Amino acid sequence: MAGPVNWLSQVASVTKFGLLSIPQRLGSVAATLVGIAGVVAVLVGVLSIAEGFQKAMSASGSPDAVIVLRSGADTEMVSGLNREQTRIIADAPGLARTTNGPVASAELFVIINLPKRSTGTDANVPLRGVEPPAFLVRDQFKILEGRPFEWGRNEVIVGAGAAEQFAGLELGGTIQVGRHAWAVVGIFSAGGGTAESEIWTDATVLQDAYNRGETYQSVYAKLSSAEAFTRFKDALTSDPRLSVKPLRQTDYYADQSTAMTKLITTLGVLIAFLMAVGAVFGALNTMYSAVSARTREIATLRALGFGSGTVIVSVLFESLLVALAGGVCGAGLAYVAFNDFHAATMNWQSFSQVAFAFQVTPGLLARGLMWALLIGFVGGLFPAVRAARLPVAAALRES
Amino acid sequence: MKFAFLIWSNLRRKKLRTALTFLSIAVAFVLFGFLSAIRHALTGGVSLEGADRLVVRHKVSIIQLLPVSYQQRMLQIPGVAAAAHLTWFGGTYQDPKNLFMQAPVVPEEFLDMYPEILLPAEAKKAWLATRTGAIVGRKSAERYGWKIGDRVPIQTSIWAKSDGSYTWEFDIVGIFDGKNQNTDTTPLYFRYDYFDESRQEMVRGLVGWYSIRVKDPAQAAGVARRVDQEFQNSPAETKTEPEGAFVQGFVNQIGNITLITAAILAAVFFTILIVTGNTMAQAVRERTGELGVLKAVGFASSQVLLLVLAESCLLAVLGGLSGLGLARLLTAGGDPTGGMLPLFHFPTRDLLAGVGLSVGLGVVTGIFPALQAMRLRVADALRRM
Repeated sequence: MAGPVNWLSQVASVTKFGLLSIPQRLGSVAATLVGIAGVVAVLVGVLSIAEGFQKAMSASGSPDAVIVLRSGADTEMVSGLNREQTRIIADAPGLARTTNGPVASAELFVIINLPKRSTGTDANVPLRGVEPPAFLVRDQFKILEGRPFEWGRNEVIVGAGAAEQFAGLELGGTIQVGRHAWAVVGIFSAGGGTAESEIWTDATVLQDAYNRGETYQSVYAKLSSAEAFTRFKDALTSDPRLSVKPLRQTDYYADQSTAMTKLITTLGVLIAFLMAVGAVFGALNTMYSAVSARTREIATLRALGFGSGTVIVSVLFESLLVALAGGVCGAGLAYVAFNDFHAATMNWQSFSQVAFAFQVTPGLLARGLMWALLIGFVGGLFPAVRAARLPVAAALRES
Repeated sequence: MKFAFLIWSNLRRKKLRTALTFLSIAVAFVLFGFLSAIRHALTGGVSLEGADRLVVRHKVSIIQLLPVSYQQRMLQIPGVAAAAHLTWFGGTYQDPKNLFMQAPVVPEEFLDMYPEILLPAEAKKAWLATRTGAIVGRKSAERYGWKIGDRVPIQTSIWAKSDGSYTWEFDIVGIFDGKNQNTDTTPLYFRYDYFDESRQEMVRGLVGWYSIRVKDPAQAAGVARRVDQEFQNSPAETKTEPEGAFVQGFVNQIGNITLITAAILAAVFFTILIVTGNTMAQAVRERTGELGVLKAVGFASSQVLLLVLAESCLLAVLGGLSGLGLARLLTAGGDPTGGMLPLFHFPTRDLLAGVGLSVGLGVVTGIFPALQAMRLRVADALRRM
């Protein structure tokens, strides 16, 4: 009984032989490596788009924040509430309060056309009218440059993402809405959420500009605690004067991001899968030629008493190593090229643009490496089996 | 052609290697087909029928409505041949996930504006006779199992009826097909008169956007300018642009799709190029001696070059054609995302481009080994045997 230690040292020495022969077939090893790197880079790159979009959406709400819409409305765009209703909602139990009253902001949400900087074509940019508690509801709100708008004046502040993606939204710029010109007086951040893709102004100013009278589309509010949601919800849904739908903001935004995330993920995985199939063929090619170039070596080892298991494991191991190297290159490339890449896309639910940054997360990198190892495993397995099955006598005779 | 056997034998020398290279090329071209289909699905593929059409929308944003009275004023503008309006209805069927386009239209104007919508004559007659009638595209009819005569309830979150309900019922009177693959056959169109009477009073007389047909496509820019001037300084100013630009603008809202697909394709082909190029180089290296013999028995250097090049081109084209064919078959099954990409197909024009690309791939991967083979000195080659 040779024991596992002996077996391991056999594997190690056969693998070493294989690895030492790599410089002689650098071309084909490099080709496999590049192939696998390509798969991993595309997989990680495409999925980082979905990841970034989802993160922007999920960063938009905290568990103790709620949004109230007209019942039957899925998004603010199609919702509608009048002044009376928004007052009843703000007075409902369960909301956080300050000395100025409940932390609830009745808001308007419209979109305006502004050219996207990257393409120069019109994009639907969200324009939101807010009330003073809006800044308390979004507790990560911060003015980065300039100042807040003054209530009652034709002034706006712009989210950092929107300022970067759309033309005319820099500090000191103006936007034209119908016959009104509004000055951009500040740039703000909001913890990376969708608010950063928006333009904000005073709700009453927006009502005037759009002839909306005293109507709103939603109420954004902060709960006294995350647990108070049920109490708040029950109070609203049982009130005969209202027909509204209260939602936790986290649920509201998660719901909006599912369709987009699913689309990108499906397409990304499909593309990467096809590429992976191609890369498996490449890896098979490399390992088969590696095995056939070493036919005599392997036969000699077998004649010396090395087991067929040893040969299989070491060929597989070599293939996995090459694949891992390729995977690391691909993942590194994707990280350098895509992480934190800024873009904006359409959120079909709100029919408006969301600015976001691609996110190459550790989870995605791990997933990319898993794929690489899988390709290496499949690409190494069959050649390994062939190597182990070589008839020793015939192989030794081969020149 | 007399060397065809020689080329074929060379490919069969290492069957496994040839097969694996063939398969990786085929996969690259399947991907090419898929990406082409994805790009087309997302960019909508502007139809030729739209060349003489302009889209007129509210200047501030498309969600703002325009008065229906604009139609008459548009028809007075020189260069305008016809005008029709549409409105986004934003409805779903049964499940909020079953979102597809519905729009109220004036049937005759609408069908006249969009000749790519093929509706049987009797269906048209039935539509004109049924106030609650609607026509639906083949794809949605099949997806939801609707037949002529069905009464379908559509939920909308935008349009309340005057009784406050958000559920509208339509009688399916016809199923339309598209004139070509670019025509979206998922929408449902119903009658504007029914829509306008049934919706709430304060929003009556308002429509989403207009399509205009110009008399002469060459004058489209001038007509667009005149339309916008006509409504300048009114409460609802307009923005008019060619249908192609309008669709393109919408696509650009999603992101730079063309750039993304091009980048992925570049990554794929770069990879395949390296894999195939490596295989060809390996094949030539192994045959150094044989090539030397060929030259010794009187093959000209250029013949050797062509022989090697023909081999790589044959492999690339065979792989390419199989991949493209397979992609065509796979995409014919339709949308892989289950309803999110209504126009999913692999267009013939891109297929032809793919064939060209496969020849290119064969030349690029074969050229260096071929040159190497051509420059081979007979004495050196024979010594290496």
